[in-house]
Amino acid sequence: MATEVGPTPVKAPASGGTPIHHGPKGVGEDNKILSQGKWASWLLAPTVIALAVVIVYPIISAIVMSFQKDAGLDPATGLFTAGGSAGVQNYVNWLAQQCAAPAGGTVACPPGTLGAQFWSATATTFFFTVVTVTFETVLGFWMAMIMARTFRGRSMVRAAVLVPWAIPTAVTAKLWFFIFAFEGIANKLFNTSILWTGSEWPAKWAVVIADVWKTTPFMALLILAGLQMIPAEVYEAAKVDGATAWQRFRLITLPLVKPALMVAILFRTLDALRMFDLPYILTGGANNTTTLSILVINQIRQGFNAAAALSTITFIIIFLVAFIFVRFLGANVVEQSGATGKGKK
Amino acid sequence: MTAATSSATSLRAEQDRGRRNAQNKEKWAQGRTYISAAVILIWCLAPAYWMVVTAFREVGFTYDTSILPSHVTLDNFNTAFDTSFGNRFGQALLNSVFIGGVVTLVSLIIGVFAAYALARLNFRFKYLVLGFILGASMFPGVALITPLFQLFTNIGWMGTYQALIIPNISFVLPLTVYTMTSFFREMPWELEESARVDGCTQGQAFRKVIMPLAAPAIFTTAILAFISSWNEFLIASQLSSDATQPVTVAIANFAGAQPNQVPYTAIMAAGTIVTIPLVILVLVFQRKIVAGLTAGAVK
Repeated sequence: MATEVGPTPVKAPASGGTPIHHGPKGVGEDNKILSQGKWASWLLAPTVIALAVVIVYPIISAIVMSFQKDAGLDPATGLFTAGGSAGVQNYVNWLAQQCAAPAGGTVACPPGTLGAQFWSATATTFFFTVVTVTFETVLGFWMAMIMARTFRGRSMVRAAVLVPWAIPTAVTAKLWFFIFAFEGIANKLFNTSILWTGSEWPAKWAVVIADVWKTTPFMALLILAGLQMIPAEVYEAAKVDGATAWQRFRLITLPLVKPALMVAILFRTLDALRMFDLPYILTGGANNTTTLSILVINQIRQGFNAAAALSTITFIIIFLVAFIFVRFLGANVVEQSGATGKGKK
Repeated sequence: MTAATSSATSLRAEQDRGRRNAQNKEKWAQGRTYISAAVILIWCLAPAYWMVVTAFREVGFTYDTSILPSHVTLDNFNTAFDTSFGNRFGQALLNSVFIGGVVTLVSLIIGVFAAYALARLNFRFKYLVLGFILGASMFPGVALITPLFQLFTNIGWMGTYQALIIPNISFVLPLTVYTMTSFFREMPWELEESARVDGCTQGQAFRKVIMPLAAPAIFTTAILAFISSWNEFLIASQLSSDATQPVTVAIANFAGAQPNQVPYTAIMAAGTIVTIPLVILVLVFQRKIVAGLTAGAVK
């Protein structure tokens, strides 16, 4: 929704004082917008200042840190070095998986060290993101379609889906750890004897299942809200015209729910890319379940500045994904709030 | 597409057949809906049920897999609060309430003004501000923690309450502003106009007319804010000390008598204690919560 039209400069009134202001509307309207703007900036100031302190300041300081050397023992000389500028060395080290060598310069990080895990952590993070978000979208869509129907006990179902959402992730992780214990209920129910957290793929699937359980409700509720914006008359009209259930789904439901769906997928994707609690507690990052966030946390105690570089890389990855979503896939988050579903009669 | 070409007679015959089958079909469809609903209920509730059942099970029967409650005991709740193995669950509960309370209060007080401006006023850069706030809520916690870890170490704030409260505000405040903005958009603002016609100033109209109307929206936002602070783990796991750790960290680090033996029943009891108040709160305010959660995403 285009609310603001391109600014047209208006001459300041002769009385002076008032600065030049913009606005295509009449003088009265103009003053109103100006005074609303002033009023708005006072109201917004506390939030903007608070966010600047708790978010903008840390980002900037992280970026500054990421270009500094970590203080520590110089492997070449055995002497303590105070750090100093590192240029882009921290970034290069992560991306090329290089570690400082005793003889000076860098060598490939030995397997098992944090430095050797960048690409595997990136792959794991994307694996979790793609798999969980896919499952959550499909399952969430299905749940939303069911919850949109009228049947007795519908409100009970809608209440029940909030339960996994309300349980803290730390508790969820412990709960699924117990469910997936060797002697636990999962192995018993499926008559298997899998060491769920003991090897790579079971561990990964354990994380995926727990995450899907926890966050599908959120997805379902967002999609349900989108479904409820579609006027019933549209379906009635399609039925009269002889559209099959599949045609109604493909030609009415999907396109009309798409804006809400895209926002839901965007939210979940960005959330999954920073996944931390669940694998950290459920598997401890073992067996290739270390996500980028876990890698940052593990690095912090071994060197702030290298950790800052890694967290900046993580931030850039998330930012790029968000950008792709908004730019190419049409997930219009901000203006979505101004748009209304225009169901035609 | 090709339906238009089918003759009127065959269409009528089809409709007749359709009518005969309609009732059966409807019953079948209804039946499928109930089966699906049951599947959703079981999928969502079974793991939570398992947590509660285990919480009430004797330690010796931790791995009992009978679906119904068995070997019922309250001991696990005592164990959860027992401090002899270094667990401080009771203290952690108080910490979580305190941190969550302060974060919620601060975020609401600051955020309510911004939400009002974003919902009600016309000004330039509105979408820019909205985008900034939304971007802030999507911000990865790890990008904050590294500089904060260093900063708090340098100024001696590690393990203090403020070191936990301030980063929490960074993600609770955007959520608060965003949710309240969507709520405020839907309020009957004509009443504000009438109040102003009757001689109230904008401030008075806000306090006397809008605030009472906005109370449910603010209350719902408060619940959402509190829940997200209550559930926070990443920052707390790095910046808290034994004395200030919230429940999520306490549960994640819960230790048993033997180092290699995980005290599952006690952990499930602790998890139940942490979860039950939230679940009750969420179920009681279900409609409002769902509206708050989905606000902004649609509409």
